[in-house]
Amino acid sequence: MSDDRFPLLRSLGVDGYLVTFDAELSEPANRAALALRSAIERAGWDGVEESTTSLISTYLRFDALSVDHAMIRGQLQALLESQDWFAADLPEGRRLWRIPTVFGGDRCPQLDAAAELAGLSPEAAIAQIAATKVRVQTIGFAPGMPYLGELPAAWNIPRQTELTKSVPVGALAVAIRQLVLFPVTSTTGWRHIGQTAFRPFQPEAERPFVLNPGDEVLFEPVDRATFEAMRTSAPNGGATFEVLP
Amino acid sequence: MSPRFLVHQAGPGVTVQDLGRPGYMALGLSRGGAADRLALAEGAALLGQAPGLAALEMAGMGGRFEVTQDTRIALTGAEMRASIDGAAVAWNASHLLPAGAQLVIGPAIQGVYGYLSVSGGIATDPQLGARAAHLVASLGDVLQPGQELPLGIDASRAEAGLILPRDDRFSGGAVRFVPGPQTNLFAQADQERFQSIPFTRDTRGNRMGVRLIPESGGFESEAGLSVLSEIVVPGDIQITGDGTPFVLLAECQTTGGYPRIGSVLPSDLPRIVQAAPGTVLRFQMVGLEEGVAIERRAAEARRTLASRRTPLVRNPHDMRDLLAYQLISGVVSGDPQEEP
Repeated sequence: MSDDRFPLLRSLGVDGYLVTFDAELSEPANRAALALRSAIERAGWDGVEESTTSLISTYLRFDALSVDHAMIRGQLQALLESQDWFAADLPEGRRLWRIPTVFGGDRCPQLDAAAELAGLSPEAAIAQIAATKVRVQTIGFAPGMPYLGELPAAWNIPRQTELTKSVPVGALAVAIRQLVLFPVTSTTGWRHIGQTAFRPFQPEAERPFVLNPGDEVLFEPVDRATFEAMRTSAPNGGATFEVLP
Repeated sequence: MSPRFLVHQAGPGVTVQDLGRPGYMALGLSRGGAADRLALAEGAALLGQAPGLAALEMAGMGGRFEVTQDTRIALTGAEMRASIDGAAVAWNASHLLPAGAQLVIGPAIQGVYGYLSVSGGIATDPQLGARAAHLVASLGDVLQPGQELPLGIDASRAEAGLILPRDDRFSGGAVRFVPGPQTNLFAQADQERFQSIPFTRDTRGNRMGVRLIPESGGFESEAGLSVLSEIVVPGDIQITGDGTPFVLLAECQTTGGYPRIGSVLPSDLPRIVQAAPGTVLRFQMVGLEEGVAIERRAAEARRTLASRRTPLVRNPHDMRDLLAYQLISGVVSGDPQEEP
């Protein structure tokens, strides 16, 4: 890495540590964060209660009353020095999902505005997004909610300054070269460009959280009639997956 | 038929809560659970049972409730006016609620969240390992009139009619926080000013977090405007776009894009949770080591809550349920189980 400040190990709250691998989103930092979390889970250190990742960081929460900070910090430091995390592989058992999506129309009124910000016609915008295999970089914000990237450079568009009051479950929204897919009805500053019948969070199901970091997704354009049919009849809103080698 | 808890009327924010669902952060689900976890521990101590049992959390307003079998109850958290079949009952205390009696809990007198714990706990089916409603995640929902909840089995055989002393967490005051990864995005002078001025709890607030209004000037951070979304945890003090702090609570999201000046200590969080709109709060930064020491003392205090219970001294004029009291026998049970 060119920037030797990273990885950066800092406390978060009175009972947690955050290891940050970059100052901005980068693919190696994202892989490093995921790999470090797997290693922490495998290590099974005393007192560790939970770990997770953001786009570029790994977080660990521990019982600070039973294990002291120096101990956890030392273990983390040693683990960090044990390998080049930026060169780590992606998680195993990843899936490639194909998720049928209606782009634009009255369900997704912000497609045109988003395309314009990206300097594309609506048709070209749909084609470009549909052709980009995006990866789940992290699950966060709401239960099962994926942050997917990275879109071509044209999509480095800002969030809206005004919030959209409510987007429905399955809404596909875009900003800053990323897509998010909403598991719950939500307010958002991202532009709603597509609608899927896919539910990333299914509390009643055996596997309530459908996507995992590292999974890849293709959003495949379908027409409204096909979408409506799949919405009610097909499991997972017509989405299918294959396990990646 | 197994014993039921009947909801005849409910305020707009009455939910089933327990200690929440730790372990799902990586999947985007925050822990949730009772907003004021100390109140849940107090309810459990009063009933001599484990603190993980589910209770009702009542935001600002209670309701009218009934049980189909004699049940011990504990009322903790924000004080609300409460009565059983018209006779006033004390807050921060345990009582016998006879089958068929009407328990009426009114608006909060001081604080925000009141808790109604029942012996044996509320025994709804767990979802993802807990009974707590997590409204943002669409797990569970606010209670509706007409709803019936299953009651758990009261295994403790402890008595009712006990009271715990109240602390001062319902009237604002100083809360302590530790610095975090983004503290230095704020100028030293702003960090100092943050600890020297009073903040007023805004009307905007819920189980996700509360907004605080600084007495003077916001806390803009130039560098903070472009931070990437990062892990957030309950207690984090986010500085939102307009420079005002927003303290994250139990049902916060798992990531957030606003810079954070620090994290409120878990044991001081109930003071923010229970600050009603208009209440004045102050912040004081403590080091990590001191923070851990404070948490250790708070955990010890929670563990020994039961030893501070005293018999409720009753006003004879209110003793309409005297007969019920005489039917209760046995001794105060030992300490409730330690927290998991």
